[in-house]
Formats: sequence, C-alpha cells, structure tokens
Amino acid sequence: MVGIIFLTIIYIFVALFIVLYITWIERKFAAKLHNRVGPYYVGRPHGFLQPFADVLKLLLKEDIIPEQADRKIFNIAPIIVFIGALLTFPVLPVAKNIYISDLSVGLIYFFAVSSLIVFGVFLAGWASNSKYALLSAFRAGAQVVSYEIPLILSALVPVVLAGSLRTNDIIQAQKVPFALYPIFGWVSFIIFVIAGLAEENKVPFDVPEAESELVAAYNVEYSGIKFALFYAAEYVHILALSVLGSILFLGGYRGFYPHFGPEWLYQIFWLLFKTFIMLTLFLLIRWSFVRIRIDRLINFSWKYLFPISLFNLFLASLWKLFF
Amino acid sequence: MERELKIYEPEEEIILNMGPQHPSTHGVLRIILKLSGEKIVDVKPDIGYLHRGVEKLGETYTYVQFLPMLDRNDYLSATTNEFGYVLAVEKLAGIMVPERAQYIRVIFSELSRIASHLVWLGTFCLDLGGALGGGTTVFLYCFRERERILDIFEKMTGSRLHPHLMQIGGVRYDVYPSIDKDIKETLQTVEKRINEYEEMLINNPVFIDRTKGIGILPKEVAMEYGCSGPVLRGSGVKFDLRKACPYSSYDKFDFDVPSFDGGDVFDRFRVRMEEMRQSIKIIMQAIEGLPQGPISSQMPVKVKVAIKPKPGEVYVAVESPRGELGYYIYSDGKPFAYRVKIRAPSFSNLSVLPFLLKGHLVADVVAILGSIDPVFGDVDR
Repeated sequence: MVGIIFLTIIYIFVALFIVLYITWIERKFAAKLHNRVGPYYVGRPHGFLQPFADVLKLLLKEDIIPEQADRKIFNIAPIIVFIGALLTFPVLPVAKNIYISDLSVGLIYFFAVSSLIVFGVFLAGWASNSKYALLSAFRAGAQVVSYEIPLILSALVPVVLAGSLRTNDIIQAQKVPFALYPIFGWVSFIIFVIAGLAEENKVPFDVPEAESELVAAYNVEYSGIKFALFYAAEYVHILALSVLGSILFLGGYRGFYPHFGPEWLYQIFWLLFKTFIMLTLFLLIRWSFVRIRIDRLINFSWKYLFPISLFNLFLASLWKLFF
Repeated sequence: MERELKIYEPEEEIILNMGPQHPSTHGVLRIILKLSGEKIVDVKPDIGYLHRGVEKLGETYTYVQFLPMLDRNDYLSATTNEFGYVLAVEKLAGIMVPERAQYIRVIFSELSRIASHLVWLGTFCLDLGGALGGGTTVFLYCFRERERILDIFEKMTGSRLHPHLMQIGGVRYDVYPSIDKDIKETLQTVEKRINEYEEMLINNPVFIDRTKGIGILPKEVAMEYGCSGPVLRGSGVKFDLRKACPYSSYDKFDFDVPSFDGGDVFDRFRVRMEEMRQSIKIIMQAIEGLPQGPISSQMPVKVKVAIKPKPGEVYVAVESPRGELGYYIYSDGKPFAYRVKIRAPSFSNLSVLPFLLKGHLVADVVAILGSIDPVFGDVDR
C-alpha cells in the first residue's frame, strides 16, 4: 500500500516534469521549424529553465473571475480537467513490474477517465458566460463525440489481437509491434494518431480553441493558476495518449537490450523512446498544417474514420478467428 | 452574497461581437455577427476605430507637409500612398517628372507591393492555422522575406516602413550604387521562396478545403460594390490601373495582369501570388533600364518653397496592393488643398464583406476577411 502511494507520487511528479519539458521541447522544435532560436535566456544553455519560469509566472498572476461567471463551476472546471488528464496514468505500465494498477479493464478505464476532460471543458465554457467560450464548448463537445469513437475502435484492434483489455497483456502479446501487423495494424495506428490529435485539440484539429476565430476559446476567461491547470492538463493528456499509443501499437516497454544491469531501466528507456516518437509525430503535424473547419472535421470523422475503423476492427477480428 | 446569474435566453440566434480587439480582424474591425449555431445569419461590420482625420489634415497642411502623413495610411505599402498623392499634385500643378525619378518610383512601389503581399500571405495563413500551429510557420517565413525587402528601403531612405521616398516633382533620394545587386539577389530569393510556399499551400488538402469555394464573389457584385485590386481580379475582371491607364512609366514595362474566374478565397490567393511574380518582373526591367539624369524636377527645390497650384480639381488613381487608391484634390490657389478626398481601396473592398459572409460558418469569417486584405489605416484614414 505504502509502495503504491509512493509510486503514485513519483508517477505524478515524473509526468508533470516530462510535461514541463514537452512544452520546452515543443517550443524549441517549433523554433527550429521557423528558423528561430526559441527560448534562450532563462537558464543557459538554450533556456532549459524556461518551463519553470513560465509556471512561476502563471502562479503569481492575478486570478480573475468574471463578474457574470458561475463561480462554483468556473472554479471547479479546471480541476476536473486536470484530474481527468492525470487519472489516466495508473493503467499505463512503464516497465514490466512498474505500474500503479494492473486493472483487468485498463483500456476502458483509460478512455472513461479521459472523457472527464471534455466534461470539464464544457463546464468551463458554460460557466465563463462568454460567447466565445460557449461556442468553443459546443465545438469541443461535438468534436469529442465524433472522435472518441474512431479512437476507441482503433484501440480495440490491439485488444482483439491480444485478447485482453489489460495493458500489460497487450504489451506481452505483441510478437511484432501491432503497428507492423498486416494492413489493419497500420490502418488502426494511423487512425489512432489522427483521432488522438483531435482528442488533444491540436492543430489541425484545434477547432475548439481556434484562437484566430474564438480568441482563446474555453479558457478565454481563465488566468493564472487555473489557466495553468488547463494548459498542464492538455499536455498531460498528450503525454498519456502518446504513452498509450506506444503501448498499444509499438510494443510499449519491450525492445532490445543487453542482459546486464537492471531490466526495468531499459524498459523505461524503450517506453520513453517510443513515446517520444509519438510526440514528435504529433508536433510535426501540429506545426505544419492549417486548421480544418468544424463541419469538415465532423464529416471526416463520421464519413471516413468511423467506417474505416469499424471495417478495420472487423478484419482484425476475422484474422484473430482464423489465424 | 447571492449573485444573480445571467443565463442565455433559449433563442434561435446569438449575437457575437468579433473585435475590435480580436486576434484576426487585422487591426480594429468590429464585426457584429448574428449566429444561428455556427452559421452566420447576419453581418454588420463596424469601422472607424482607427479614424485619424487624415483627410482633414490635408486641408491644413501644405502640399509638401502632407506627404509624410500618407505613409501612415496604408502602412503596409507606404510608397504607393505617396505615389498617388504626388502624381495628383503634379498633375494639378503641371510639374514634369524626370524619367529617372519615375523609374525609381516604380521600383519602390513594386517592392512595397511585394512586401505588402508577403505580409498578407503570412497573416492569411496565420488566420487559417492559428498562432499555435501551422499558420505561424508560413507567417514567420513570409516576414523573413519581407525583412530583406525592408532592408533595401532602409539602405535607401533610412527608414523601413515609412520611407517618405517621394517628393512632389521626383524622389528625395537617388539610388545607392550597389542597389541593382541588392535588389536582384533579394528578388531571386523571394521568387524562389514564394514558389515554394505556393507549392506547399496548393498541395495541402486542408488549405484547399478551407479556401476553395469559400466566399464566392460574382463578377457583377464585385463591380457593383466598387471592389478593385486582387479582390476584383480574383472574380475574373482583368482590370489593373497600371495597364488600364498607365501612369508614371508603367507603359514601358512588360507584365501581365493575372486574373482568375472563381471569385473565391483561393482565387484571390492565386492572384496575389501571381502579382508578386509580375512585380518582380517589373522591378527587374526597371533596374536594368534605369535611365541617367536628375531625380527631381527643377520646380520644388526646397521644402520651404510652397507649391501653389492654380484653382482646379484633379483625380488621380494608382494601383496599390489593395486596389484602386485614388486622390481627389480640390485647389483654390492656396498653398494647401481646399479638400483632399482619398478613395481607399480597403474601404470599398471591405464593404462587400456582409455579402460574402452570409451563410458561411464562423471559421470562414477569418478566411474571407483575410482574403480581402484590408488595412485599417486605409479603411478609416
């Protein structure tokens, strides 16, 4: 019990630390893409203390609650979003024996708690009592309803192949990474990445927070620490989805390693490495596309992604049945 | 304390105020949108937030003093503003301009056209892509190229955005010796890069999706509203003042007027991309054939000498990057004008906005507004 609590604390801290540095890496990455330098002065070399400076700034900022806002919901919404994002981690094993909970319905749990995020977003949009926030909340709702289904259907392909919802079993079942399976492995990996991008509200699917149309969307009225919670939740969710993607499709913590030294260290290394591949994929897409319009976005999901992922799942089931 | 909650009435339509402080209204435009869900039912643009009374200033300042004000009108292409005004005053006062000065004017107004279109391309993509996404990438690339052009302005006149290059009767500065090398190198880079950007954007399905068939402006409507420039040419009207009634020395250069028939956002995009190439062509010809001679006529030697045109009126229009920029000057023989009216292209182009926006989605507002390319210094004056 004490061990689990200890591990949970480590999980949270490591996750938040990685999230801090994802923002830094993203800014550096974008800067490279833009022919700029990016953060540089806060902590030489290359501004590696910038994330901490950002957090400090956000913590010290004045917390403003709009006059017309629904105070209780307004205050609770960022917490719901943040907790929803953070709660996804217990079912993600970082090494064979390092996990908080080995739930037998791990994947269902993951998607259930990550749905809390859109709940919080909707509350935030409603409680802000601003039209921009409200429109953005509508959009977020519509988007998540359409993209959660392809995401889960594509995640079900590894489940069918492995015959278990337990994340550890899924990793163990991967003789070759599922992404390298015959055609349906590839297809479901691609659908997972697309739907994952949409889940995270990232360009080109960032319609709920389209800042050129809806200013800053559902967090338009938020400032200071509450904004920081939204921001952190977004990145925690990205991290969780990347880890999940690497577990489901890329073999999680499995990889080649020599037979000396502690095994779990190599496993953590492989998991982080694969997570970073997923993250870089997300970043590269993010910084090179323009935004899709909301109606096309939903069309795309229901007309293409949904049937394809359904058919794909059907194929995978047939494969499982006969081979 | 129990605070009373204001809850949205369950009505069909909501009214959304876009602007005047909004990241993508290109300045201080306020658009009052009546929305049904995400669909736009009614539009009312509200302008005037940047009104500085430039036209009135034209009645109190002398002709020479008024010139630097005009740089601030359409601040993205300052040289074309001066160009129209000096042409109008010269026509009114009957001043001849030496050929070298005419060529220098053409070179720099075309350079500012390229710079202006680069800003447009960057901000247009920024509107489509968002400040935290792919839009920023194009935006920063475009500003990098624009910087090269502004460097030439700085080297020539000492300032980047408001060069105050022209004076009545000629130009204030002669070209510096190595300018042809600078311009050629810069323009070669710019041409290579804009081809690259165009290729990247045209082959991007998301970009095509956002622009094609959006905000269709029929030919007749465009002409009725008095649209001009790329907005008009994007609707299939091949009308360019540089060709239609060549001013200065534009009749000496060989260039095309691009026009496309679609009338949508995508065609306006293509017109502007092609215009940049044509401008490069004009500058190359002008820099090759730059004649020798004085850069200003003998009449207005120093600023101290006030120009007093004979009583009369004149209207001269030039093709600014945004369209027909006209100056109507009424003189009653005094050293300052009786009335200066500026026919701003952005104003006329913007007036078509309600027509274009109706029936579209909120996301299209920024795409359509960006494709019109208004500059609010120009709209409000």
